[in-house]
Amino acid sequence: MFGNVVYLDNAAATRVDERVWEAMKPYFFDLYAVATSQFGYSLGVDARDALDDARGRIAAALGAAPGEFIFTAGSTESSNLAIKGVALALAEKKGRHIVTSPIEDFPVLHSARALERQGFRVTKLRVDETGRVDLDHLWESITPETILVSIQAANQEIGTLQDLEAIGKICREKGTLLHTDATHSFPRVPLDVQEIPVDLVTVSAHTIHGPKGIGGLYVREGPALSRAEGTPIHKWMDGGFQEFNLRPGVENIPGAMGFAKAVELVTPEETARLQAMRDRLIERMLEVPHTRLNGHPTHRLPQNANISFRFIEGESLLLHLDMRGFAVSTGSACFSRSLEASHVMLGIGGDHERAHGSVRFTFGRYNQDEDVDAVADAVAEVVTELRRISPLGKE
Amino acid sequence: MPLPYSEIVMEHFRNPRNVGQIENADARSVEGSPACGDMVAVYLKVDPDSQRITDIKFESYGCASNIATGSIITELAKGKTLEEAKHITWKDASEALGGLPPIKTHCSVLAVDGLRAAIENYEERHGLVKERKPTTVELVRKRLKRVMNPVVGLDLVRTNLVKEIEVSDGQVRVVIELPEDHQFAANIRDEVMEKIEPLWDVERVIVEFVA
Repeated sequence: MFGNVVYLDNAAATRVDERVWEAMKPYFFDLYAVATSQFGYSLGVDARDALDDARGRIAAALGAAPGEFIFTAGSTESSNLAIKGVALALAEKKGRHIVTSPIEDFPVLHSARALERQGFRVTKLRVDETGRVDLDHLWESITPETILVSIQAANQEIGTLQDLEAIGKICREKGTLLHTDATHSFPRVPLDVQEIPVDLVTVSAHTIHGPKGIGGLYVREGPALSRAEGTPIHKWMDGGFQEFNLRPGVENIPGAMGFAKAVELVTPEETARLQAMRDRLIERMLEVPHTRLNGHPTHRLPQNANISFRFIEGESLLLHLDMRGFAVSTGSACFSRSLEASHVMLGIGGDHERAHGSVRFTFGRYNQDEDVDAVADAVAEVVTELRRISPLGKE
Repeated sequence: MPLPYSEIVMEHFRNPRNVGQIENADARSVEGSPACGDMVAVYLKVDPDSQRITDIKFESYGCASNIATGSIITELAKGKTLEEAKHITWKDASEALGGLPPIKTHCSVLAVDGLRAAIENYEERHGLVKERKPTTVELVRKRLKRVMNPVVGLDLVRTNLVKEIEVSDGQVRVVIELPEDHQFAANIRDEVMEKIEPLWDVERVIVEFVA
């Protein structure tokens, strides 16, 4: 029934690659034991070996050591651990100030808000109209009490990439830790922790044709290395001693194996192919009158296009596209569960109207070149139709 | 999972009836605003002798339920007298559409308000306003329910932004709990004025902001 759908919401979730599924399968049916210590039974030791293997492969993609990567149940949990874990470790020792941006995804924003309620001070940096944070404001905002800066690598809606290298340098000079949510960029946009001075990185499998429910957190010189100089972070959820005593719970080994495979299947060639589709789509969409590209024209995710169409509302556009077999997303208040307009669109200085008519297209492995013109034609048609019945924009 | 909208809603959304403008309309109304979310325009052609709506058209800048409700109210109102059409409620529209999701009530109420406002517009233009009820705090509050809080896309009353309403001697004072320099303050002020000023016994509208 869904065979003919052109799926362009790959930022929300992706179809699992068969090769990922194949890599996971043995850990459901044969090697299903819990990862045990080296003194355990052999089934458990094999499970432990698999987990270590997956950990090493994902860490390598970040330029990290295996002991610096912790598996979690996804990026929401990773960002919670990064922010609340550092807060637990440093509140008494250093201070209660956190710096972030107004356009972060909810795990970061709401973790910061939860700390704010407990008496932490949170500074949200100014962002320009493309969504890039104001580096001078960052420099001014960091005080001796600042324990963490959390700035995303790429925006979930408008796809804007931040200048992480510059942000990292400022944090280093000022002596504060940097966390980045790379859910939407890893590993398509390379992030090598040997080159970029970042201390904590949130990643997830669900955006790269891996399974849902598995993600991870890079922790620079994490507790596995047991160095006194390591990133100060405390366990946030209570339980057993898994994941170097940072993330308790029975390890999701099939998920970890799937995640590792998914990371390795992302190639620069494939990313270039998605980027070409993205560019073609943006070009086609901007041919429609009264449209604009949201986000940065060049510093943007290779798979993301976000366009605002004036005089029409996004949920209507989305439903019409659904009837024609296209799946996209919108920042319109009418579409969101909270009935609130996208905080990203409002955060970059857009008004309600711009959020109302915004549509996000995100490409993935299973999109074909012909999808671009097909969706562009359909959007142009639907926009014309909805503008015909709109009281706005008439000559 | 089925769509949250009924088959009838989807049918009206796909093929809205009576869309567009009427040249030389006898009355028209615009409810909502682009800055705040949904918007509906209604145009009427009325037979002066029988007071029947001979033609009605609408335009919508809104979600599926807004478009579908706009469409159904034009069908319900066409051929009816103004007096009959005035009594078309949101419930009538919702029933005719086979039900609407509760979360979408606001967007569909707007379309029904649009019809009423167009009828009021006709009556005002043609000196047909019979009993003039004095403006009360309740009436002001009701009208403020049509003003959106653009930050969240819900109305001012529902988002508890209306701190105080005072009605005395033709003067209406509305206190909004929002900083004066808030990005949407000017917009909200304009919308409040637009909704309250046309009331027949209101001479002056004061909108104040308190942080």
